[in-house]
Amino acid sequence: MRYVINRFGFFVLSLWAAITINFILPRLMPGNPADAMFAKFQGQLTPAAIDAMKKAYGIGQSNLWQQYMDYLHGLFTFNWGLSFMQYPTPVSDIIKSSVPWTLGLVGISTLISVFLGTTLGVYISWKRKGLLDNTLPIVSMIFQAMPYFWMALLFVFIFGFKLEWFPLSHGYDPSLTPGWNGSFLYSMLSHAFLPGLTLLLGSLSGWIVGMRNNMINTLGEDYVTFAEAKGVRTSRLMFSYAARNAILPQLTSFAIAIGNVVSGSILTEQVFSYPGIGNQLTSAVTSQDFPMIQASFLLIAISVLVANLIVDLLYSRLDPRIRTGGLSHEG
Amino acid sequence: MEDRQPVLELQNVSVGYDSPAGMVQAVNDVSLKIYENTIVGLIGESGSGKSTLGNAIMHLLKNNAVLTSGTIKVMGRDVYSLTKNELRQFRWSQMAMVFQSAMNALNPVLTVEDQIVDVFLSHDKRMSKQAAKKRARELLEIVSIDPAHLKSYPHELSGGMRQRVVIAIAIALDPKLVIMDEPTTALDVVVQRSILDKIKEIQKIKKFAILFISHDFSLVSELASKVAIMYAGRFIEVTDSQSLMASKAHHPYTEGLIRAIPHLTADEVTIEGIPGNPPNLVELPTGCAYHPRCRYANDLCKRVRPEIRHVENRDIECHLYETVQK
Repeated sequence: MRYVINRFGFFVLSLWAAITINFILPRLMPGNPADAMFAKFQGQLTPAAIDAMKKAYGIGQSNLWQQYMDYLHGLFTFNWGLSFMQYPTPVSDIIKSSVPWTLGLVGISTLISVFLGTTLGVYISWKRKGLLDNTLPIVSMIFQAMPYFWMALLFVFIFGFKLEWFPLSHGYDPSLTPGWNGSFLYSMLSHAFLPGLTLLLGSLSGWIVGMRNNMINTLGEDYVTFAEAKGVRTSRLMFSYAARNAILPQLTSFAIAIGNVVSGSILTEQVFSYPGIGNQLTSAVTSQDFPMIQASFLLIAISVLVANLIVDLLYSRLDPRIRTGGLSHEG
Repeated sequence: MEDRQPVLELQNVSVGYDSPAGMVQAVNDVSLKIYENTIVGLIGESGSGKSTLGNAIMHLLKNNAVLTSGTIKVMGRDVYSLTKNELRQFRWSQMAMVFQSAMNALNPVLTVEDQIVDVFLSHDKRMSKQAAKKRARELLEIVSIDPAHLKSYPHELSGGMRQRVVIAIAIALDPKLVIMDEPTTALDVVVQRSILDKIKEIQKIKKFAILFISHDFSLVSELASKVAIMYAGRFIEVTDSQSLMASKAHHPYTEGLIRAIPHLTADEVTIEGIPGNPPNLVELPTGCAYHPRCRYANDLCKRVRPEIRHVENRDIECHLYETVQK
C-alpha cells in the first residue's frame, strides 16, 4: 500500500512539472503567432490589425504569473484555448477529433505488436534452435532496421499505388458518413491496415528478441530446473515459472511504448495523411500555434506519465519483490 | 542383504560433456548400490563429477551432457527407459533432489504454498486444491517452519528457511531416494548444523535413502554410513564411514583428505593439504589419474589404470594398496 501511495505521489509531482514546463517552453521560443501571421501576409496587414490580433490571442497583455494562473485554470476546466491556425476552433475540439484516430491506429498496433512479439518470443525460446528460432529474429530485425517512414512509403507505393489493394491515404473514405455501420468500419479498417502494418513490423522485432533473450536467461535459472524436476506440467512450467519471470523486463519497454503511442506516430501519420494527433502537431509546430502545441505536448507528457503509473502498479502485482521495496527479512 | 532390491543401482555409468575438444568424461565407469534407509555420501573436489552424476540419476543432464554408457536404476526401473510423461511422474514420487544452489531453487514470484501445492497437483490430477494446501501446511510443520509462511514469497525468507522449504518440497511425495547436492553449502555453520539435524530427523522417520553429495569431508563422514570418494570422474574408494576415522588402509587420495581435517583435540594443529591441482578432464593423466599428486606413485601407476579391488569391506582403485599398507 505504501508503494502505491508512493507511486501516486511521484505521479502528481511529475505531472505538475510537466504542466509547468509545458507552459514555459513555448514562451521561450522566438517570435509569436501574430508576427508569424504578419509575415505570412507579407505586409498586407496594418499594425492596427496586428494589435487587434494580439489582443484577440491574448499576447503580451498580462504578466507571466497571470498567464500561468489562467493557463492552470483553463487546463482543469478543459478550456485549452482557441487554435491560432484554425481560429476560432477550440483546441479541445481538434484534439477530440484527432486523438481517437491515433489511439486506435497506434494503440492497437502497439498492443498487437507487444502481444504477438512476446508470445512468439516465448515460443521460439522454448523450441530453441528450431527453424523459427533461427529465422524469425533475423527477418523481423531486418524490418525494424529499415527507417519506418521509408518502409511506409514503400508499402504505399506497392500495395496502395501499384496493386491498389489498399487506399493511399486518410482515415476513411470521405464519401461515407462516419458512424457505426459496416461499410464505414470496413473503410476505416482498410485505411488503417497499411499504417498499422508498418508500425507493427517496425516494432515487432524488439518484442520477439527481448522476450526470447529474457526467456533463455530464465530457463537457465535453478528454479525452472527444480520445477521441471518436481514434475510441473509443461504449460505451467512455461508460463508460471519461466515466462512469468521473463516478462518483467518487457513491462518497462511496454511503458515506454504506451507513452509513445500519442507522439510516436508522427512520421507514419504524415506518410499516410492519417487524421491523427501526429499530423495536427506537425502543422501546429510549423505555424507556432501555441495553444495547440501546448495541448499536444501536455497530452504526450500525460500519456507517458499515466503509462508509467500503470506499469509501476502492474509491476507490483507481478513481482512481489517490488512491493516490499526489495528488502528481505533475514533471520 | 544383497537380495534386497537396491533403491539406487548404478552400473558402469559414464557421463560425458560434448565439447568442441571432443567428449569430456565427467563421470567415468562408476557403479554403486544404495539400499533403503541408508545415507551414502559422495565426496569429491570441485569438478570431480559429483553433481553431474547427481543430475544424471535424475535424468536432468543439461549443457550438452549425455549418459554415454551404463544403466541407472531407481527402485529397479531404468530411469533412461521411461517416456517423457512416465519420467515426469516417476521423478519426485520415487526420487527427488535438493539442488546445489537451493537458494535459487524457488521461483521468486510464487508463494511458498503455490510452489508446494504444484508438486501435489502435478502428480495427482484428482487431488483437490484444498487437500494439497493441507498437505503443504503439514510439510512445513515437518521442516519446522511456521505455516504462516505459506503465504510468504521466497525473498521474505532467510537462507536457512528457504533451504527447509526446498527440503519440504523434496520429501512431499515420500520418495524412496533423495539426492542432496551440497544442500548446506551456501549457509553459515550454525544454520548448516540445524539443517543437517533436520535432514537426519526426517530421514529416520521416513526411511528414504539419501545420496549426499558434498565436498565437506568431515560433514559427510559424520552423516553417512557409506562414503564414495570421487576423483576425476571415478570412484577411487567406496568405504563405510567408520573406517574414515583413521588414515590407514585407504586410497592415497582419501588418506590425504583425512590428513587435511584439523583435529580440535590435538595439541599441535597440523593440517596437510594435497599437493597439486585436480586434473584437467580433457587431458587426463595416463594410468592412475591421481598419480601426479600421489606420494607413493611408481612406474606402474603412470602406465596402467588400476582395477577396482575389493578388500576388507571396501572398494579401492589403487595398485599399491597392499604394498603401501604397513
